[in-house]
Amino acid sequence: MDNLIALLVAAPLLGAAVLLCGGRRLDAVGHWIGTVLAAASFVIGAVLFADMLGKDAEHRAVGQHLFSWIPVEGFQADVAFQLDQLSMTFVLLITGVGSLIHVYSIGYMEHDERRRRFFGYLNLFLAAMLLLVLADNYLLLYVGWEGVGLASYLLIGFWQHKPSAATAAKKAFLVNRVGDLGLSIAIMLMFTTFGTFAFGPVLEATGETGEGTLTAIGLMLLLAACGKSAQVPLQSWLGDAMEGPTPVSALIHAATMVTAGVYLIVRSGEIFNAAPDAQLVTTVVGAVTLLFGAIVGCAKDDIKKALAGSTMSQIGYMILAAGLGPIGYVFAIMHLVTHGFFKAGLFLGAGSVMHGMNDEVDMRRYGGLRKYMPVTFVTFGLGYLAIIGFPGLSGFFSKDKIIEAAFAKGGTEGWILGSVALLGAAVTAFYMTRVMLMTFFGEKRWQPDERGNEPHPHESPKSMTIPMVVLAFGSVFAGGFFGVGDRFVHWLEPVTEHTHGHPPIGATAVTLSTVTVMVVGVGLAYLLYGRRPVPAVAPRGSLLTRAARRDLLQDDFNHVVLVRGGEHLTRSLVYVDHTLVDGVVNGTAASMGGLSGRLRKLQNGYARSYAVSMFGGAALLIAATLLMRAV
Amino acid sequence: MNPVNYLYLAALLFTIGATGVLIRRNAIVVFMCVELMLNACNLAFVAFSRMHGNLDGQIIAFFTMVVAAAEVVVGLAIIVSLFRSRHSASVDDASLMKL
Repeated sequence: MDNLIALLVAAPLLGAAVLLCGGRRLDAVGHWIGTVLAAASFVIGAVLFADMLGKDAEHRAVGQHLFSWIPVEGFQADVAFQLDQLSMTFVLLITGVGSLIHVYSIGYMEHDERRRRFFGYLNLFLAAMLLLVLADNYLLLYVGWEGVGLASYLLIGFWQHKPSAATAAKKAFLVNRVGDLGLSIAIMLMFTTFGTFAFGPVLEATGETGEGTLTAIGLMLLLAACGKSAQVPLQSWLGDAMEGPTPVSALIHAATMVTAGVYLIVRSGEIFNAAPDAQLVTTVVGAVTLLFGAIVGCAKDDIKKALAGSTMSQIGYMILAAGLGPIGYVFAIMHLVTHGFFKAGLFLGAGSVMHGMNDEVDMRRYGGLRKYMPVTFVTFGLGYLAIIGFPGLSGFFSKDKIIEAAFAKGGTEGWILGSVALLGAAVTAFYMTRVMLMTFFGEKRWQPDERGNEPHPHESPKSMTIPMVVLAFGSVFAGGFFGVGDRFVHWLEPVTEHTHGHPPIGATAVTLSTVTVMVVGVGLAYLLYGRRPVPAVAPRGSLLTRAARRDLLQDDFNHVVLVRGGEHLTRSLVYVDHTLVDGVVNGTAASMGGLSGRLRKLQNGYARSYAVSMFGGAALLIAATLLMRAV
Repeated sequence: MNPVNYLYLAALLFTIGATGVLIRRNAIVVFMCVELMLNACNLAFVAFSRMHGNLDGQIIAFFTMVVAAAEVVVGLAIIVSLFRSRHSASVDDASLMKL
């Protein structure tokens, strides 16, 4: 049974290879091959899951050693897999949501002539992400990590004929490289400290290692997580990544890519537990990002970018929870899974809206779509209720637990983190209500585009609506299924450990305040966007609104500090090179040349000049001889 | 007569010869000046021979004369062929290794 683990990765990898090497003769069936192989991976995952449930909680972790990759004395790199409860959760999320997105893409990409290639990339994405979560050592994890980066680059830039998409892909890749640097440094530090990369030995040895080293490793891992999970300060790629086709956004935001950072931190939990400073930085990064993303989400008129801000904010919650230590790990993963359902649903809903609206993304040109797209409206609406934490839906259970855990951190820190998380919940309710009202309610605001084509909003085909319905089910019931009776906690506890946190104001009070701030956020959005018509052209807005429209000046900051700074550094280096280095080299050459020019004059061919030299030399010799004799 | 006076004369002749080599352009004159220097040396050798009372200096003077005779043969031959090819006996005109 354990031998099936490799097949999980092999199935989508095979799909990618066949689709990308198969050429045009596969154009007609390419999307079916991709979807079937993704679904096959899900089925294998489900079989392994059933097998795992049949065992005791303590014996559920299984492994498979495939082959020795680099067997050198003192340096053992194996291609080996490890499937425990944490990996299993990810496998089911990745393959399940991934397969639904494959099905959706069949309809969404129907008119794209490069659809086969698109499915090849999607399969590659799944394979890389599965490799990442199934690896049993950090080096193999790094392989998957880079594979995810590659696949995201290919997919974000899928419509490469648009310069904006090509640039966005490049940006995502470059920003991710900064994070990758963190991971590679962390792996090197691990190797010099522990002499191995494998999860088991590394995480067991944390007890005997100095806190300074562990803090350094933890911070490097956090940097890596920031890159992949779009956390401040490496968040800038996420908004631009919306240039890719919408199913890609759903895949990146729900099942793959951005969840990798959370996985990395939770998987390396023992390192963070032993390094409180790294944990503190992690919580701060999470808290800052969850507000950052939420504020950006409030100001965007582009439906996909508003959702992107929301993802950033929700991942911020997960990183915050992961930084809290054993009281938060389980809830970070639980929120990750529920978020996977409702965010995939929301993105697929947004794609469905765009599909019916001639690819219009500006919400100010939507309005009143609920009458035209009933299925999209209902599924998007359920995703919306889940993300704002409406009592009883998925987001309520997971987000409430994170806020509770943040308060339970204790001391001033606990109060600050808890309040930030609570504030984030209010802002989440505000911006998601805004998206909902601007898209599906109010007057219709769409107009003919430049070519005079009036959009005719219509419901999307079955291949698109069915995945949305399935995901809506997940958005509604997953949280309750996980949360009631602490089912999810018991499931993950053997891997991540769990300590029950006690918030200083009581769990019920936290839940009540979460619901209260949610109602306040929804009410505020209703007053601003529901009671009065939405202008079709964005008003100028306050200073904060304008900053938030520009992603809170993240690109301006990067431009001024990093690009300009880099340019100045380069220029000064070039100056030093030109003046100092070239000066020394050219100066030596010039003085040698000058000296040779003078020496050359001695060889002029005039016999009398040679005679002078001879006489001069002879005179010198005689003078020297006389001098020596005198002395 | 004091033999040192011969040395003074030898030095004077040598200086005249050297000056002639350095400042004259005509190859024949330069050649004659070289002969003058050789003979100044011979005179010095003979004078030293007399002063020290042995014959070493006189023997070397004979050697010098033999070598100088050979040198004259070769030198004059070169000067003649140089004059034939360039129609000039100036040493400064012959500053290149080719025609």
